[in-house]
Amino acid sequence: MIDDPVKLRLRAFVAKNFHLPDPDSFDDMTSFIDRGVIDSTGVLELVTFVEAEYGLAVADDEIVPANFDSISALAGFVARKRS
Amino acid sequence: MAFRTDQLLLGDRADAEIERICAWLRDTVLGTLKRRGAVLGLSGGIDSSVVAALCARAFGPDKVVGLFMNEAESADDTARLSRLLATHLGIATVDEDISPLLAAAGCYARRDQAIRTLIPRYGAGWKCKIVLPSLLDSDRYRIFTLVVRSPDGEDLSARMPPAVYLQVVAATSFKQRTRKMLEYFHADRLLYAVAGTPNLLEYDQGFFVKNGDGAADVKPIAHLYKAQVYELAAALGVPGEIRARPPTTDTYSLPQSQEEFYFSLPYQGMDACLYAKDHGVPAAEVAGALGLTVEQIERVYRDIDAKRAAARYLHAPPFVLSPPAP
Repeated sequence: MIDDPVKLRLRAFVAKNFHLPDPDSFDDMTSFIDRGVIDSTGVLELVTFVEAEYGLAVADDEIVPANFDSISALAGFVARKRS
Repeated sequence: MAFRTDQLLLGDRADAEIERICAWLRDTVLGTLKRRGAVLGLSGGIDSSVVAALCARAFGPDKVVGLFMNEAESADDTARLSRLLATHLGIATVDEDISPLLAAAGCYARRDQAIRTLIPRYGAGWKCKIVLPSLLDSDRYRIFTLVVRSPDGEDLSARMPPAVYLQVVAATSFKQRTRKMLEYFHADRLLYAVAGTPNLLEYDQGFFVKNGDGAADVKPIAHLYKAQVYELAAALGVPGEIRARPPTTDTYSLPQSQEEFYFSLPYQGMDACLYAKDHGVPAAEVAGALGLTVEQIERVYRDIDAKRAAARYLHAPPFVLSPPAP
């Protein structure tokens, strides 16, 4: 199975910018907040990244866990915004 | 028995708690630290007023120095209420206008430079603050929005990119760190200790600047809920005008409530949620007591955990390694 390029890009951004205490157990469904990977400033960095990387405008009311709390959630959000 | 928000109140134990704190202050400051009194910054707010009153009772008014450390953006009634308190207690005071120090450090210029990357017109005569969305209205992440007001009264707002947000906060923290520097100057010249003024909500949730208002030799009310601080204020005879003043951050040039800046609820609700969470009270019981939904209380509980996680850095002392193996 070929990985979604958006997920790959998001994974690379998260791995580069945030400390993952146990990278092997961190998959696309892992909650950023539950695992303590990012805080609200980290969420802000994710918002800024997807806006710049994919040319999206993220509305305030879209900055919710359902869209930003895992690689999968974020990739799904980007896909919906781009469609 | 159903949870009640008044469960955490001291009630008729307030006087005993005052005596316990005063005995602890004397033991710690005079005995352990070998200092002869206390210095603290006065803000005209309830917390610093109660700590000043406790220190005056513990050491005697002649062994307490209150500092007025206003700056260009302080609220209008900060200085007046601070003086009212100092006069009431009969403690010595020192007036320290910190605006020149802040200007020299670039506090205002560095903050304004960051703001202008978002709002190029921002400049002299404008005012600003940063605000969080309400936790009660949605499960949005609590990300700050910059709010500015032009000299003509025009309000503008914008979500802050990380670099802007971090620079605005870092520059503004010069205020708390400059005040602490002056508190230690006066403490050192008098051989006094610096008394910090955080209450339990602030201490637990990290509502302070590391090496700024988070620094002190003793923190006499860091174990008390805000409502308990108000109880002590009444028992200590803190002037009614100070007890009636709404809590404020007094850090940004636009008026800012503590809910806009940090906490998810007004202090009464935060007290109740922190107490309930730490005592295993189910969200449903707290929701009933506060007139909120279970979902809202669960959001507050999650926010408490998130802030505790962020506060670990603020509380941490410098880390050092053990010596190398021989």
